[in-house]
Amino acid sequence: MEPLTSKKKVLEQKPLTFAERMYLPAIAKGMAITISHFFKKEATIRYPEVEREFSTNFRGMHSLKRDEEGKERCTACGLCALSCPAEAITMIAAERKPEEKDLYREEKYASVYEINMLRCIFCGLCEEACPKEAIYLDGPIVPADYLRKDFIYGKDKLVEQPLNK
Amino acid sequence: MDIAFVIEKFVLVAIIFGISLVIAMYSTYAERKVAAFLQDRLGPDRAGPFGILQPLADGLKMFMKEEIIPTNASKWLFMIGPGLAMLTACIGTAVIPWGSAITIGDRVIPLQVTDINVGILYIFGVVSLGVYGVMIGGWASNNKYSLLSAIRAASQNISYEIAMGLSIIALLLVTGSMSLKEIVEGQHGWHWNVLYQPVGFILFMVCAFAETNRAPFDLPECETELIGGYHTEYSSMKLGFYLFAEYINMFVSAAVMATLYFGGYNYPGMDWVLANTGAVIGPLIGVGVFFIKIFAFIFFFMWVRWTIPRFRYDQLMHLGWKVLIPLAIANIVVTSVVIAVIEGF
Repeated sequence: MEPLTSKKKVLEQKPLTFAERMYLPAIAKGMAITISHFFKKEATIRYPEVEREFSTNFRGMHSLKRDEEGKERCTACGLCALSCPAEAITMIAAERKPEEKDLYREEKYASVYEINMLRCIFCGLCEEACPKEAIYLDGPIVPADYLRKDFIYGKDKLVEQPLNK
Repeated sequence: MDIAFVIEKFVLVAIIFGISLVIAMYSTYAERKVAAFLQDRLGPDRAGPFGILQPLADGLKMFMKEEIIPTNASKWLFMIGPGLAMLTACIGTAVIPWGSAITIGDRVIPLQVTDINVGILYIFGVVSLGVYGVMIGGWASNNKYSLLSAIRAASQNISYEIAMGLSIIALLLVTGSMSLKEIVEGQHGWHWNVLYQPVGFILFMVCAFAETNRAPFDLPECETELIGGYHTEYSSMKLGFYLFAEYINMFVSAAVMATLYFGGYNYPGMDWVLANTGAVIGPLIGVGVFFIKIFAFIFFFMWVRWTIPRFRYDQLMHLGWKVLIPLAIANIVVTSVVIAVIEGF
């Protein structure tokens, strides 16, 4: 058979020397290495209680933002859904009624806004596409769940908490 | 034989049985924790503070699992196997002296179930019986992996028993007694046998690793090749018994090593302590020291397990027959010559 690579390194197995055949020196060396790790700091963390620090440009769960007066910024223009390569975002637009003036910033708003977290690839293109600075991927890691339907996040989970007045 | 004697022995047996079960239980926890720490991890920490309830959770899981007996298995042997493994693991503790005698009033209570004058031979016999549990389990499963494992276990244990026996002969030359009680008493203070028999100790320890089927000699149950070996077909508490028996074996062999080579319940300065603490507290401190030694050995077992890769089978046989046995014989010759020279001149 033709060699699969151009690398040519012939490995030859030499018989073990006497010291190697004794095993004990090598074993002692190995045990010294492992015991040194016994006293080292753990590389793992107690995850749900403790979380690692994310980098500043980490993209986590989406949040729909409010403006300075606590009104929702999203106008349901659909650019985020359009830009989404995974087609994770769906929305239904609605017209604002006069009495909802301090809920939504502009006359049109998203009555339904859903992101399927199983489809989302956290690329951040929705964030870039949004002309109203309404969506940001600044949340934590999306938690695990049992059912597929529970991964479709609606406005109840996405919209920022209202401002404290 | 008065009734108090019977009660005393019964209580002692119950305590020792309980202690060995608890130690075996917590060895599983310790094993996982030690493995985690050696690998820069945290280990189990969910059940209770620091995960100390983990063994209970594991035990409960074992009980809850479905009990499966393979159709083509030999039913009775399949059921006897784990029980036998457990039995042979437990009865080894009967001759180990756990401490010097306690005196309550005018009653002297030895902290040893029975001091038979061939204690070492008894331990030896029990250890040899240990392989039956593995063999019966492997045979009765009617599974080729299990059978291979049983054959491996049998030949491994037989090979390493010879070297183990020879290394003990050198020890007997030094101590001049086969009673474990007398061997321990002979190591008063710091005159531990390991100082007189360092080579013998290393040989014995290597063989003990092989006899307990622990890494690097865990060929009978190597997960990668034999998918668990003799307990492939076992489930539920029968599997639990096998795993448990292994840890009890580890505890017993740690106790035997501490007894034979590391002075049992003796420690430097014990005379002063015994004279100042009385006839109950003093011996109990000795028991505590003995258990510290046992735990150190158990830790060593685990430390080795998470360091050294498994031997290949031919390497195992080579090491057993061509290295350990000649070394053990040489050890006997050198020991007897030195003793003859010291006593003769």
